[in-house]
Amino acid sequence: MMQKAIKRIYMSIVFLFLYAPIIVLIVFSFNKSKSRGQWGGFTFDWYIDLFKDRQIREALYFTILIAVISTLVSTIVGTIAALGISNMTKLGRTIVLNINSLPVLNPDIVTGVALMTLFISMRIELGFVTMLIAHIVFSIPYVILAVLPKLRQMNKHTAEAALDLGATPAYAMRKVIIPEIMPGIISGALIAFTLSIDDFVISFFTAGTSATNLSILIYSMAKRGVKPTINALSTLMFLVVLILMIIINKKNDKGEDIII
Amino acid sequence: MDINTTKLLKQGTIKMSKNLIELRNLTKRYNDMTAVDSINLTIKENEFVTLLGPSGCGKTTTLRMIGGFEDPDEGEILFEGKLLNNVPAYKRNVNTVFQRYALFTHMNVYENVAFGLRVKKVSNSEIDRRVKRMLKMVDLEGFEKRNVDSLSGGQQQRVAIARALVNEPKVLLLDEPLGALDLKLRKEMQIELLDMQRSVGITFIYVTHDQEEALTMSDTVVVMNKGVIQQIGTPQDIYNEPINRFVADFIGESNIIEGVMLEDYKVSFDGLVLDCVDKGFAPNEPVDIVIRPEDIRIVVNPDEGMIKGTVTSVVFKGVHYEMIIESDTREYLVQRTMMFPEGSVVGMNVQPADIQVMKRGDMPCSVEEEEE
Repeated sequence: MMQKAIKRIYMSIVFLFLYAPIIVLIVFSFNKSKSRGQWGGFTFDWYIDLFKDRQIREALYFTILIAVISTLVSTIVGTIAALGISNMTKLGRTIVLNINSLPVLNPDIVTGVALMTLFISMRIELGFVTMLIAHIVFSIPYVILAVLPKLRQMNKHTAEAALDLGATPAYAMRKVIIPEIMPGIISGALIAFTLSIDDFVISFFTAGTSATNLSILIYSMAKRGVKPTINALSTLMFLVVLILMIIINKKNDKGEDIII
Repeated sequence: MDINTTKLLKQGTIKMSKNLIELRNLTKRYNDMTAVDSINLTIKENEFVTLLGPSGCGKTTTLRMIGGFEDPDEGEILFEGKLLNNVPAYKRNVNTVFQRYALFTHMNVYENVAFGLRVKKVSNSEIDRRVKRMLKMVDLEGFEKRNVDSLSGGQQQRVAIARALVNEPKVLLLDEPLGALDLKLRKEMQIELLDMQRSVGITFIYVTHDQEEALTMSDTVVVMNKGVIQQIGTPQDIYNEPINRFVADFIGESNIIEGVMLEDYKVSFDGLVLDCVDKGFAPNEPVDIVIRPEDIRIVVNPDEGMIKGTVTSVVFKGVHYEMIIESDTREYLVQRTMMFPEGSVVGMNVQPADIQVMKRGDMPCSVEEEEE
């Protein structure tokens, strides 16, 4: 009994420390007073202000546009890559998978600086396109890691079975292989989308001055002094990511995947 | 008329049938390993042919070449007299039941079975009619909407068979289709498969490493080892007249004895000279002799037997007792319904017809029974 109580208390403290900052953030996004130390009553004003702000609207537009396009492209490229990798010999697969997991483990700042250097050396002007390319690049390895287990779970004769029943290779790919691994592809897409919305460091180095996403905007706003709108914006971003994480984990619970 | 055809005619399943598939000098190599080594085989219409052999003997590779999933390095595959080598898998009029079924897990039972017909753009009403009929045949009515993952092994097996047969192929290829099932279910499915083959009247080419399964189901058994066909024959032929040491050892249990063929109908080993029914060997040619354990009769009085021996081990096997009887020169495996206690001295007799004399092969003999 006692032990159980201690366990519970310990867990609660850990979670409190983890989530206290976010709880404070959320609470203060509804604070009428502009001061960060004082509660001045409940209000939705900051949320309304958010959508009046042209700069924020623009950043939101870029964030979503980049998230959608980079998710689409990285999911397609990553899925094709996974299909190729699964047909490799064991040695080839090991090598490619190790190369694939390096960017995942690489610190974001290194990836960001590296991409920036590459773009500048190739005389590509930093902006929307470079940020988009960067997001596609860092999402692909995650898509591969999400799709591969599904391919491995599949019976190795599944494709042959489709051909055997008269399907051309293209028909078999469209009607059998892709649907069989669809849960993995969706997981991969959700992860890519979350990462893209989430990302600050790599975006910061590749965005230049012409395009700004929400995380960069929040950073620059915070430098000029924290306005309560930042709290509201951060709260909204947190909620979007939270919902995406719940969807991804729900899928995992159903035993459909073994990722993250 | 060969024995095989006689047997089929008796069962009333076929008239005189014509050749459906011919393999000519078919060879497949992987790097330096020869998986299938220049095999020749003719398969008739409506025949149930089993490719039997230990793991790695080339039986699955042969099947996959007929199915179109492996390209032969040499030789020809003829289908109704036409060359099949360069026809892609999806254009061949054969269907396959794969190892562990390879069902489409994102489709329900109905859609799995309908897949081949949808590919061929058959009308919906026709698809419905044929799928329902097929599900009825494999005893899966009412399972249409079920997810294939929720089915038992035996049920998945039947979906796989229905999915292949609904296309009305001329040939059904089966790659160890019962390998994943437990013994009792396997026996039941053997009977069901045989019934299906008789009722739909198509050619089955069946791959297995289980010799009992092969003997139970086949019209013709093709025994393979190391990419080479050892013997082709009816189950009776293969069992009673194995052509070499490998076949004798692989099919059932046997006493294999090295001996010498003195002259036609006279064979000698361990200083004994026995009558047999074999001929056509060179005088004093060294041979292998096979005596099946159930063909050795035991007499209580040792002096009445051709061979005298002492019972050294007795094991009860249900239908019979399995005894090891040691003579002065070797051990014999004997199966009898009557038990002779350990230590008793008995005589053993063998009928001339039960002595199978085989040419001494230079073939190294290794039998490992395991799944591929």
